[in-house]
Amino acid sequence: MTFDPSDRPVAVRRLAVLNWSWIGLVPFFLFAFLFLIAPIFYLINGAFQTPDGQYSLDTLRGLFAREIMNSFSLSIRLSLASAGMGAIFGLILAYALIQGGLPSWVRRAFMTFSGVASNFAGVPLAFAFIATLGRLGLVTLVLRDFVGINIYAAGFSLFSFLGLALTYLYFQLPLMILMITPALEGLRPEWREAAESLGATRRQYLSRVAMPLLVPSVSGCFLLLFANSFGTLATIYALTGANFQVVPIVLFQQIRGNVLYNPNLGYAIAVGMIVLMGLSNTLYFILRRRAERWQK
Amino acid sequence: MNNRMPVLSVVIAVLGAAFFIVPLIATFNFSLRMKRGELSFEAYRSVFESDVFVSVLSFSAVASLLAILVGIVIVVPTAYWVRLRVPRMRPVVEFLSLMPLIIPPVVLVFGYVRIYGTGSFLPMTMTDAGTNALLVIGYVVLSIPYMYRAVDNGMASIDIATLTEAAESLGASRLRTIAFVIFPNIRSAIVSGAFLTFSISLGEFVITSLLNRPGFGPYMVQMGQDYAYQPAALAIMAFGFTWTCMVLMEVFASLKPGQRLLRRRKSTIVKKALP
Repeated sequence: MTFDPSDRPVAVRRLAVLNWSWIGLVPFFLFAFLFLIAPIFYLINGAFQTPDGQYSLDTLRGLFAREIMNSFSLSIRLSLASAGMGAIFGLILAYALIQGGLPSWVRRAFMTFSGVASNFAGVPLAFAFIATLGRLGLVTLVLRDFVGINIYAAGFSLFSFLGLALTYLYFQLPLMILMITPALEGLRPEWREAAESLGATRRQYLSRVAMPLLVPSVSGCFLLLFANSFGTLATIYALTGANFQVVPIVLFQQIRGNVLYNPNLGYAIAVGMIVLMGLSNTLYFILRRRAERWQK
Repeated sequence: MNNRMPVLSVVIAVLGAAFFIVPLIATFNFSLRMKRGELSFEAYRSVFESDVFVSVLSFSAVASLLAILVGIVIVVPTAYWVRLRVPRMRPVVEFLSLMPLIIPPVVLVFGYVRIYGTGSFLPMTMTDAGTNALLVIGYVVLSIPYMYRAVDNGMASIDIATLTEAAESLGASRLRTIAFVIFPNIRSAIVSGAFLTFSISLGEFVITSLLNRPGFGPYMVQMGQDYAYQPAALAIMAFGFTWTCMVLMEVFASLKPGQRLLRRRKSTIVKKALP
């Protein structure tokens, strides 16, 4: 009997090994199925049923009721605003830190702080902003007593759209800085030098070379920030209670005690959230893959 | 052109720093104003003295630690197995491990209360123990994206195939190999992931609140509704806690396999003293 590695018995044995190898992943897949897949599937299934168990699209149609639409529109606008501010200011700040000729310790300090601040969300963040920009917050009082601007008399409120967007910015901005840094570091000095030696002004370099290179990264980050703020619940709940009817809050109340007239409508809202989160994350991955072409 | 840049950069950096720092200063200052007319740590004292604070904090700490343990037991063998035996399954496992980032916690817990609620096939929420278990599971799910990545990065830096062959040729069983060979070598990666998990789950609000557990997140929301100064003190403590967790995470993530914390510290001190 000859012993050739490409012989059939070896191939058969490898097949057997592969089949056995599946066993090792069973605990993980079982866990993921029970506590990740099944709950989501249950909600999706429920969204396609009426409360008496008939399959129909009526429940999903309920999403287009005015209240629910208003919630989605409010959530989307708030997420767009905070993600837009985060992406723009984060890009400017990160550009200044990386390409702006600042000493490296400044950059390191910002990076370290960003790592912490991007994880500083939830209830404590709400408390911090109440102490800062609330009616009796320190910044509110300093502006009123020393600068002479009463921001609350001027129409600002921490518990309004702008106030919430500003609060979200506290974790969106650092997240943007952390995510966009690799792309900015990928802008090679040679490209700038090449543009300059061909007679380009700084504006021309930025608009014709740097911006086009950064667009996929920036829009990818924007989508991730959007998803990040769309799913945020704890911060807004601690700030406004249930007064600000964004989608997660509506769902939260529904779970607490069926406030919607149709219990299955909760499933439909959950599915709406999953679809929006799924879309923005998928687009993010596509854009990131595009962006990585330039970052070897 | 190059002369103008730093001025603009400095202005931007200062504005950015102000946005980050002013809320912290304001919150700290606010937290000291509980006694009229003087700055004191009264708010902190009042928080620490409350029995509720101690009980909710210990509840959340125990739940978070259990979540870390369960997470390790699930993630470490899986990441090991994927790298060693079934690399083909890598995209699937990675996708599953990232899914908790896409599914908002409120959606997840909605599914839990329906599937594992009263009258379902596995009514976990009927008993206290069952609900607590579900809470820990929720925390595990939230932590899996971070835990998996930390552990997988740790395994990338050691040669698990060679280590496994060596262990097996000495007669170790598969389980023994994971527990006594692989695990010690990626210990710092695991600890790094554990700190991130801990910082996420200790103050978690959505799952804890919807499962009606006496955890730290719902307690903080309640404090925010009832008091003025204690919440600011809690926010400062939470920021300090997050900072500590992140620093420890970084430190452990950058440790090489087998390297000890103390030796590393010594070497950085020497490095700093040299120039």
